[in-house]
Amino acid sequence: MAKAYTPGLKVSRHTTHRVRRVLPIPGEVRVTEGDTVQAEQVVAETFMDGDVTPMNLANILSIPPGDVMDCLLIKEGEHVSEGDVIARTKGMFGMFKNEAKARADGTIENVSSATGQLMIRSQQIPVQVKSYMSGTVVERLEGEGVVIENHIAQVQGIFGIGGEAYGRLRMACDSIDQQLTEDRITDDMAGCVIIGGARVTAAAIRRAQSIGCSAVVSGGIDDQDLKNFLGYDLGVAITGSEKIGLTVIITEGFGDIAMADRTFNLLKSHEGNECSVNGATQIRAGVMRPEILVPLGEKAGPDDSAFSGSDGLLEIGTPVRLIRDPHFGLIGTVSDLPAEPAILGSGSKARVLSVQLEGGDSVIVPRANVELIEE
Amino acid sequence: MSADQNDIQVILATDCGSTTTKAIMIELKDGVYRQTYRGEAPTTVEEPFADVTAGVVNAVTEIGELAGRRLVDDEGRIIRPARGNEGCDIYISTSSAGGGLQMMVAGVVREMTAASAKRAALGAGAIVMDTIASNDKRRPHEQIQRIRELRPDMVLISGGTDGGDTKKVVEIAELIAPAKPRPRFGKEYELPIIFAGNKDAVSDVERAFKVGFDLSIVENLRPVLERENLAPARDRIHDVFLEHVMAHAPGYPKLMEWTDADIMATPNAVGRILEQIAAKNGINAVGVDIGGATTDVFSVFDGQFNRTVSANLGMSYSISNVCAEAGMDSILRWVHLDMNERELRNRVKNKMIRPTTIPQSQEALVFEQAVAREALRLAYIQHKEFATTLKGVQQQRTVGDTFSQKTGGQTIVDNMKLDLLVASGGVLSHAPRMNQTAAMLMDAFEPEGFTELAKDSIFMMPHLGVLSQVNEQAATEVFERDCLILLGTCIAPAGEGKPGKKCMSYSMSGDATASGELAYGDVKLIPLGTGQEATIEVSPARGFDLGAGPGKKVTRTVRGGTVGVILDGRGRPLALPDDRQLNLDSIRKWIDSLELYPEPQEAEAMAQA
Repeated sequence: MAKAYTPGLKVSRHTTHRVRRVLPIPGEVRVTEGDTVQAEQVVAETFMDGDVTPMNLANILSIPPGDVMDCLLIKEGEHVSEGDVIARTKGMFGMFKNEAKARADGTIENVSSATGQLMIRSQQIPVQVKSYMSGTVVERLEGEGVVIENHIAQVQGIFGIGGEAYGRLRMACDSIDQQLTEDRITDDMAGCVIIGGARVTAAAIRRAQSIGCSAVVSGGIDDQDLKNFLGYDLGVAITGSEKIGLTVIITEGFGDIAMADRTFNLLKSHEGNECSVNGATQIRAGVMRPEILVPLGEKAGPDDSAFSGSDGLLEIGTPVRLIRDPHFGLIGTVSDLPAEPAILGSGSKARVLSVQLEGGDSVIVPRANVELIEE
Repeated sequence: MSADQNDIQVILATDCGSTTTKAIMIELKDGVYRQTYRGEAPTTVEEPFADVTAGVVNAVTEIGELAGRRLVDDEGRIIRPARGNEGCDIYISTSSAGGGLQMMVAGVVREMTAASAKRAALGAGAIVMDTIASNDKRRPHEQIQRIRELRPDMVLISGGTDGGDTKKVVEIAELIAPAKPRPRFGKEYELPIIFAGNKDAVSDVERAFKVGFDLSIVENLRPVLERENLAPARDRIHDVFLEHVMAHAPGYPKLMEWTDADIMATPNAVGRILEQIAAKNGINAVGVDIGGATTDVFSVFDGQFNRTVSANLGMSYSISNVCAEAGMDSILRWVHLDMNERELRNRVKNKMIRPTTIPQSQEALVFEQAVAREALRLAYIQHKEFATTLKGVQQQRTVGDTFSQKTGGQTIVDNMKLDLLVASGGVLSHAPRMNQTAAMLMDAFEPEGFTELAKDSIFMMPHLGVLSQVNEQAATEVFERDCLILLGTCIAPAGEGKPGKKCMSYSMSGDATASGELAYGDVKLIPLGTGQEATIEVSPARGFDLGAGPGKKVTRTVRGGTVGVILDGRGRPLALPDDRQLNLDSIRKWIDSLELYPEPQEAEAMAQA
């Protein structure tokens, strides 16, 4: 039987998942192997060098750089407060003295007699890494961080904005093709991760933001709405650092598109459970997709990540979603996998497959334009 | 070297890209080197493989299967030298995996030493993340903040002419050192700093970077204002790339042991082959590689090489950015079909998040090619702004120059002097009709006078660039015979006129004959096949210039190709009507003349067949 391979997104009822939580620079790890950690618990901490404020004393005091050292009133390594006099010229006959005052709080470092430049290093900045997912510490990376493991239900989205967030799952829609509109979001959803069906509207996101929801998850979004909400047009798909007060995850794509059945039902089955979400998306080398992780606490069964049975192989009968116009968003099953390339309507030649759509029609599409799904 | 230079029969070359590793085989056949087989496999730099050689072996194995030649031994290594039906004589590679070479550059004056440093970094194949200069309009603490945010592979610092003032360049070094930029790979690895500035500042710069950095000093890249000396800095960047960046990337130490020449950054290799071909044929050339995320433009004018990378102009990961930067109106002016803007916006984003999909319908193809025109146009504008004569050079003027406005910093890119325009990258290389590739090039680059249009058949310029270091003859032969597919010659007078009025008259003889007049606003395609030549006499109308001066007749021998000879009477600069209906009329006329897209019924029939 003809086969082809195409990757898809992970939708798993139960899987053993590990997250690696490390500091950007070496620091102190605050938990040990075997510890049970909560999602918002700090597991590692360090301090980054503080900001630097440069001051050119030669220019400020109107003296040659070589004379700066003689005018310093403090030494390298000493602490100063903003406004402290740090250098003074000798003046003429004890008069006409020029002074330089510290422009920031901090420690003096790097006084240069070549340029007359001095640096004030501000207080160290604490950097903390949270556990993100509750679970057990299975590995302690000395000076770096930890690896945490848990049995979870996992859903990967296709695109998201906003970073890590936490909350209880709440269903806001009754079916996969119901739009998530503002009237479906109620005040008691504050702090929750809200699950919609098809397209989420800009008004709904604003409403979720205003009542303090942690995150919104839905099938699709209109790009124009996303632009209006963010206030700018997203150029490249590197997200996660937006400071918008909530995380938004889209599971299927842009436009009015229903959430996949399996995804919707899985999330619905965990309504009321705590979960961790992350909207960070990066679609280049080292692809990163947004995710929803629901800790199960104990192993509920064998791993069943969406493609574990088929290893991502396309075979006749495999359920697929069409991911490119003119059939974008439609769902069906593979009915034929011709070996020979075919000429497309665009005039290009490509390997194709036939898909029997849910409505009964059959279409031929390039193999590159389908994505595996599991019902 | 595993084989004698004169006895090289089989050459294997790979290019390890961010997503795909492409391998080609070159063989000596009847005394001439030809590219014979190609294979590709996903790049394996990322987890779970984290070893680039796995992808290389897969791509090479595919070639082996196609060629019926055993190239990889049981231990997974490339077999050398070639013996009978086994192995190869030379194995070489380029790499842009893992995001390529990422650099930060700094100089004293943005338009002078900092610009020279940027040119050196780009010329060495790097992506320049930011350029820090004393006059970049940021305050020192803002510059420090920016430096702290970046995670470059290395930093290049220049500034000051030899014997000149040292203070400013030392100030720059003193800004960078306390900011402590962190390298991208490896926490224990000391960030390489290359200093290529005023030699009198060396001791102060060494003092600034004495702890926690790996400082190397090379000759000043701007020893005097009137001259750039980029080679020592470029060579050092290449060495640091190998010693630090490559040595820390997964599997590269092993790959470096396998190769018979140093691994080169992919754009560096493309630049070298283009430079060499331009020098050998005495021509001016422009090459473009439009990818999913970035667009690289290379140019050689009067022997001077320049390269730019437009980081967020691409056809998949960055397609949304092209639409944002150019504006949807600019893109739709190239589209002759009715399209709904709201729906298009969603389509663009869906392509961004699922970058591997391909256009299935003609409508989708037309839209993608319209986006490509704008991405290429914007990338070329950036290139022209960057490829300039040296700024800050004192001009010697005579009385005759009194009314001349020429100053330093003029672009050296002159479309009238351009002889060859080479296209590569999916949207250009894989267009269903080569006429479409030619049209995209003409619309985006607006070549003037006589310009040959070509495409890189299977993107083998990187392989040939590194091969040229080892075996120049093989690289040149394959470039001319297998790499370049000549589309034809574009003849486009510069100037503006009134629609319908005469733009030029022409008379062609040789392997094809044709004669007539072309009106302003029209284009005409004259078939002239691959390997065919013709002599054409073109008389531009008054106010139009083909290189000999306004209204002056030009006679030239032109080469044909897969498209033919294109007479472009649309004038330069190319202006499209603002009125949508007039715009549609023009686009449809050009599409018909150049036979760009099949009629809808024809497309339908093709799809059904």
